[in-house]
Amino acid sequence: MRAEQTPATLESTAGQSRSYMALSLRRLARRKLAMFFLGIILVMYGSGILATWVTPYGYNDQDLSLAKQGPTWAHPFGTDRLGRDQLTRVIFGLRTTVIITLTSLIGGSLLLGIVLGLISGYIGRLADGIIMRTGEVTSAFPEIFLLLILLATVRPRVVTWVQNFEDATGIDWIIRLGFVDFALISFALSIFSWFGMARLVRGQVLQVRENQYSEAARAVGASTSRILRVHVFPNVISPVIVSVSAGLAGFAGAELVLSFIGVGIQPPTPSLGRMIYENSSISVLRAEPHLLLFPVLTISVLLFAFNLLGDAVNDAFNPRTR
Amino acid sequence: MGIYIARRLLWTPFLLFMVSFITFALGQFGPGDPVELLLGQYSDPDVVERIRKQRGLDDPIFIQYARYMGKAVRGDFGESFKYRGRTVAELLLKKIPVSAQLNLAALIISVGLGIPIGLFSALKQGTPWDTSAVAATLLAQSMPVFLTAPVLLIVFALWLDILPTHGWGGFFDARIIMPALVLGIPGVAIVTRLTRASTLDVVHQDYVRTARAKGLSEFSVRNRHILRNALIPIVTTLGFSLAGLAGGSFIVEIFFGIPGVGLLAIESLFARDYPVIMAGVIIGTTLFVLANLIVDLIYPVLDPRIRLGGGYVAG
Repeated sequence: MRAEQTPATLESTAGQSRSYMALSLRRLARRKLAMFFLGIILVMYGSGILATWVTPYGYNDQDLSLAKQGPTWAHPFGTDRLGRDQLTRVIFGLRTTVIITLTSLIGGSLLLGIVLGLISGYIGRLADGIIMRTGEVTSAFPEIFLLLILLATVRPRVVTWVQNFEDATGIDWIIRLGFVDFALISFALSIFSWFGMARLVRGQVLQVRENQYSEAARAVGASTSRILRVHVFPNVISPVIVSVSAGLAGFAGAELVLSFIGVGIQPPTPSLGRMIYENSSISVLRAEPHLLLFPVLTISVLLFAFNLLGDAVNDAFNPRTR
Repeated sequence: MGIYIARRLLWTPFLLFMVSFITFALGQFGPGDPVELLLGQYSDPDVVERIRKQRGLDDPIFIQYARYMGKAVRGDFGESFKYRGRTVAELLLKKIPVSAQLNLAALIISVGLGIPIGLFSALKQGTPWDTSAVAATLLAQSMPVFLTAPVLLIVFALWLDILPTHGWGGFFDARIIMPALVLGIPGVAIVTRLTRASTLDVVHQDYVRTARAKGLSEFSVRNRHILRNALIPIVTTLGFSLAGLAGGSFIVEIFFGIPGVGLLAIESLFARDYPVIMAGVIIGTTLFVLANLIVDLIYPVLDPRIRLGGGYVAG
């Protein structure tokens, strides 16, 4: 098939290949709706990251005289049953979402997924077999069940270890600031997210490896790591971007569900899932609907933005599959 | 093809072994000593020691695992820690039908609405009908259960006051309507999009043109040529949904107070009732793995173009 291509077509694809990313990004930038939702995501992530500075109150500042107030100028999202500012808590909840999505994305999909996918596809043989079979085992679990049992059984142990560590060293902020929860949840989500990415990367590598330019590079004596970096990786990057943008909503949703159930981020660290759980009764809806609706609307807008952006990214990077 | 099936069939038991072993090991790793739970914290250490011996709790983990699974395959998952004297099987058998009925109701909503809307949308491709259907499904798909549940509650229970909000009364009780809707709405979106995509794929195939060209009625073209082929991908989704039928849906069951598997699982999680959790996970994963296998094996029967192990044949 490839041998039949005329020199002209070869040349034109070669000319484009360097700017394929740029082309796709330009296509993406032209879509106004996608840019709008990207803006929303950036604002939410920005306020989450800068939570400590953009919020007027502390997330645990209580004022019982103001408990359960509806929205006012001083408290745009109202106050909860302890008189804490809802807007502040929602923003700190977003911070939790930001931390979890970014760490599991970087740790699971990007680091583990890409590296193992490259190894599996390029080296093959035994490494490929082990990596792919392990992945099949992890993906044989219904995700939520294993996340639950993992967090329920491992968390108490880890907390004990860290407590011992804190006692021994005199450090006292590891548990208090919720680091254990963040680390465990990111770890648990990473276990389930790497395989999809690894399989994708592996497939791409298998394709690219057989291409003439990889063969030529091998022929002139390029090292494996050079071939992977210079020839394979650029071809892998755009499906990776598509899959990452499609997967963000999944991470955010999983953290939401885990915290809602109560095995995720533990109070007092605010998380949207926990806020929704605490206010998920009909009596709250009847008397103080703002307690439930503001966290719910915030996370819904974020998830919707993720989905729409994911679709747009897919369209921009794979224009032919529309 | 024979080799592929043989490999799948050989791989499945290994997969089930790995999955159940990991679950079992995690359960052992968890905090809380079963004997201590049984006797209370201030029991005589000698008695504790004797019971541990008696129950084989000091044996190597592989032996304990083998013992556990030996009983499990016969349906004996041990006794609940929390509900003394009740077996896990008993508890699960009471909860599974509840979740299964709820999920079935949701599935009926998803398929019953999704397939007609998808077909309609595809056959009217490019018209405003199509566009609005696609937009609506996109919206429905991105709406988390967290949003649909309170919104439905506000509209149907608080404003209109026509539907009950809480509890469970079986398949033919009005209390099933809202949770089933909440569970079914994302499914409607998925089934609609799938149906639309696969119908569009089929509509432009040569054999559909041939069928029209040789003068078959539109009815027969739609039913025999389009629908039958368009439904293939949907079967996969349904296969997964069937496996999920027995599973609970945590969020919806909490929101609407439905005593199903999801609520039981959460309850057990907080009571550290490991026998129940382990049984749930092992049953759940087994169903999931088997459903995967069945879908993979049924696929080529439905679609002869798929060569097992080879992927799609171009065409």
